[in-house]
Amino acid sequence: MLELNDIHTYYGNIHALKGISLNINEGEIITLIGANGAGKSTTLMSISGITKPKTGEVLFRGEPIHGKSPDEIVRMGICQVPEGRHIFPQLTVQENLDMGAFLRNDKAGISRDIDYVFSLFPILKTRRNQPGGNLSGGEQQMLAMSRALMAHPKLLLLDEPSMGLAPLIIQQIFEIIKKINDEHNTTIFLVEQNANQALQIADRGYVIENGAVSMHDSADKLLSNPDVQKAYLGI
Amino acid sequence: MEYFIELFLSGLTRGSIYALIALGYTMVYGIIGLINFAHGEIYMIGAFTAFIISTVLSIYGFPLLGIIVLAGLAAAVWASAYGYTIEKLAYRPLRHAPRLSPLISAIGMSIFLQNYVLLAQTSDFLPFPELIPEFDFMEPVAHIIGSSDLVIILTTAAAMVILTLVIKFTRIGKAMRATSQDRMMAMLTGINVDRVISTTFIIGSTLAAVGGLLIASHIGQINFFIGFIAGIKAFTAAVLGGIGSIPGAVLGGFVLGLTESFATGYVSSDYEDVFAFSLLVLILIFKPSGILGRAEIQKV
Repeated sequence: MLELNDIHTYYGNIHALKGISLNINEGEIITLIGANGAGKSTTLMSISGITKPKTGEVLFRGEPIHGKSPDEIVRMGICQVPEGRHIFPQLTVQENLDMGAFLRNDKAGISRDIDYVFSLFPILKTRRNQPGGNLSGGEQQMLAMSRALMAHPKLLLLDEPSMGLAPLIIQQIFEIIKKINDEHNTTIFLVEQNANQALQIADRGYVIENGAVSMHDSADKLLSNPDVQKAYLGI
Repeated sequence: MEYFIELFLSGLTRGSIYALIALGYTMVYGIIGLINFAHGEIYMIGAFTAFIISTVLSIYGFPLLGIIVLAGLAAAVWASAYGYTIEKLAYRPLRHAPRLSPLISAIGMSIFLQNYVLLAQTSDFLPFPELIPEFDFMEPVAHIIGSSDLVIILTTAAAMVILTLVIKFTRIGKAMRATSQDRMMAMLTGINVDRVISTTFIIGSTLAAVGGLLIASHIGQINFFIGFIAGIKAFTAAVLGGIGSIPGAVLGGFVLGLTESFATGYVSSDYEDVFAFSLLVLILIFKPSGILGRAEIQKV
């Protein structure tokens, strides 16, 4: 579904991604784990077209998208929940969700999807008319994911959904990620520092170090791999 | 008391014009964080366009209403074309440059446009035709408020209402709000941010052009330099109200207009700028984010 071939991305003179290659199949949950500054977020931003790769290609269903603008990429069905959630602080919860459906015109479908995300995260319904900036971290993460779902993504990119959240909320968020994948067959690319949780719901995983993929295997094998356990699972 | 009301109303007139121009500053600042110093020149170009069209049309004996509408439309379109082009040529290539670069580019654009109009037109003051007649029904109050004051205040009020509705309820309005709050996230929800920025310049330029037409007809003369003074004052109004805030720009415009009007009326017209800018200094000392501005948290 999504294929990255030898992606090189720079921030000014900093060579952030040094030849990332990976592929994601339809319906999978793929996780990308790695330390701070390894290039996880940059990989997602390169897919979304925010920081354009200098060389290499990104193929979505066989079509090159690395030259497209971010809004065209969203239009093709790739949505990202960026690190730090990026809720529109002065828009209400409802308006934030409406922004997620910005490219859609089907009113009936939109209100059906609003009901759906409220069923996933009932707390959002009670906060419907509050400004997004007033929500707690966990609620903001729920809202950010819901907003992305409002666009009906074919591929959902999640950047550190567990960051800064209480263990109980993290558990809930990961269950919902699994649920979205099961119920809608939405392909999910999950970037995480919380490697343990991520690998438990993922089909396959990539490990990124210093802007390059250092390991790639099925999630189970990575979980039992001694190197991964030592470096990322704290075992 | 009558004198007070007269000053109050003339303050509202001034304030309306400041507000119309200040909206352009504040909207652009809200979206791309740039003080568009060339915005005053957009207003001046709007006034010049209106001058040319209305002079030509009055030679052909057009009715006044027709002249106003056509001159207003032409001014809005022409000024918008300038606003759009300036953004594209002078600001867009510097989108990822340090903040100072587009600011300098804006000052350069302002100087360029002033001198361009100076060379293309003239350095003299040109008599601007009186487009707003004295209405008969205004006769009883004509010693307090002129017909053109009334038209200016009502037009501004209408423009504010339309702008508020556009921003609140339309698709492009929602896109503008989202872009101003979080540009990257706006892109990630599928908003074409370049288009939003262009639209913002077009709306701001249209408002400035309308202001240019109204005030030029009110005062009765224009030259290439009017944009500088009006621009500085409107910028002051925007900062006063809280730059980036739309109601703030309107409020700032009126506060500034009223202050100037009362200073002129009760002290001396020599002191109107002293009072206006003293007010700005006071606001900046006691509430640096402006009357309605939000304190900005700068993440480092």
